[in-house]
Amino acid sequence: MISIDLIQKTAETLMDKAAIEIPQDYLDGLRAAAATEDGDLSSFVLQAMLENYEAAKEDRRAMCGDTGVPRWFVKMGNDARIEGGPIALEAALRRATANATTGVPLRPNRVHPLWRTDHNNNVGIGAPEIEYGFEPEGEWIDLITVHKGGLFGTDYRMLFPSDGIQGIKRFYLDSLVAFGKRGLACQPAIIGIGLGGSKDTCMVLGKRASVLRTVGSRNSDPKIAAMEDEFKELGNSIGMGAMGFVGKNMVIDCNIEVGYCHTGGMQMSVHAFCLSSRRAVARVFPDGRVEHRTDPDWFTDYQRRETIDWEPAREAAE
Amino acid sequence: MKIREVTLSTTPTPEAIADLRLGDIVYLDGLIYTAREGVYMRALEDKANIPMELPSQSAANFHCSPAAVIREDGSFDLGAVTATASFRFAKWLPEWMAKTGARLIIGKGGMSSKDYKEYFVPNGAVYLSTVGYGTGALLGRGVETVEAVHWHEELGIAQAMWVIRARRMGPFIVASNLDGDCLFERENAKIVQNLDKVYEGTRPAVLKRYGETDDRSDEVIG
Repeated sequence: MISIDLIQKTAETLMDKAAIEIPQDYLDGLRAAAATEDGDLSSFVLQAMLENYEAAKEDRRAMCGDTGVPRWFVKMGNDARIEGGPIALEAALRRATANATTGVPLRPNRVHPLWRTDHNNNVGIGAPEIEYGFEPEGEWIDLITVHKGGLFGTDYRMLFPSDGIQGIKRFYLDSLVAFGKRGLACQPAIIGIGLGGSKDTCMVLGKRASVLRTVGSRNSDPKIAAMEDEFKELGNSIGMGAMGFVGKNMVIDCNIEVGYCHTGGMQMSVHAFCLSSRRAVARVFPDGRVEHRTDPDWFTDYQRRETIDWEPAREAAE
Repeated sequence: MKIREVTLSTTPTPEAIADLRLGDIVYLDGLIYTAREGVYMRALEDKANIPMELPSQSAANFHCSPAAVIREDGSFDLGAVTATASFRFAKWLPEWMAKTGARLIIGKGGMSSKDYKEYFVPNGAVYLSTVGYGTGALLGRGVETVEAVHWHEELGIAQAMWVIRARRMGPFIVASNLDGDCLFERENAKIVQNLDKVYEGTRPAVLKRYGETDDRSDEVIG
């Protein structure tokens, strides 16, 4: 049984880490970008961002004033048992979100869409979102918080098989250029592309590709992995850098995730996880151990499975 | 090109503003107030009295809401500060500038050169962009004190009017000048020259979007 108090305490720590500490994989990616950048203004911007990450950690203050919209991805091993069950879990994550909003502090971004009511704690109807995934083995629970910025850099389009790869490239470039101008997407970013699914799941795939995969990771399908390399290079060939200034770094990495779709369609979404790529992860065990990390490790072979049943042990033996 | 660094008062002289060049890096000293849709609607549409002496106390309007909390004893804990995209406020800015004498509009992404020419230049005002986006921790370090928070009960913490005392707060980038030129449009014009080459071989989508254009000098704002 995993302690609910430990879940809440760990969740509060994660909220703090996500807002303040840039994940190492993104930092390494941005340093590499800064080393190659020769646009004078975009180069100044990248150096300022690198200083900003240091200042945030030194002062223990949020790296960006817009602290995004906190949300949770929860993954459980098949044998995980939580004290108080899923209802207690959701209450703990909502409490942790509210406590961290005043504790860090974060900006209370969440308001009612029509009445603009602000509870000043980032909690409200459907907020924070809590999404779930499962793995075949283990008694642990993974808590993943992501505080993604919310307004620009994301788009969806219904493409068709006849649009082909050239159509996918076109919409990718359209999205980068449209929201890259003036730096609305807060690039250079981790670009996530969702392909397939339905309209809603396509958005989910793309968002997860940007926020739940790290810089340098590659899709397990070698042909998709090659597309990721190609699309990263394509994005960086636009000639646009940070803030939409002339430069050569728009994309820190490009991650693509797919889902089976309607035979007539080829849904596509594009998401940008910004210069403040806020994510933090911890695995909590029933014996009270907590292991912190920054890689959500969401897209396992199990999550990308194509078969009806999951029997990897037998397949491996054959 | 060598980037020039300038220190500027938040009640700047006309000469100091005239001296600014596109792409200069600015650090600010003095009082700054935040105002975005909530403040504009309350002051301009609901005709509430603006609770500050403007522009004598401050001519610097920041499109922002900080990551901050008001403690139970009424004191403030302010962490990071970054801007929000300004183009959405074009509807209110001409009246706001006329009413408050704002000379420095600070935010994210700038406005169009049309906005600059129509009401920034006649008011002797320029646009300063935050850097990044966003250097929230660096800007937070530039806040010496929070002087007041107005209308937080009516508008909530994120939309309230925060009055902060800046001490060498920055960096900001000069994104417009008194000729009404726009730094972002200047950069867009350079980038667009390369776009046909980048798009080569791609195909327009089979299913069009209503009103869609292939004009790559187009922008999603303005």
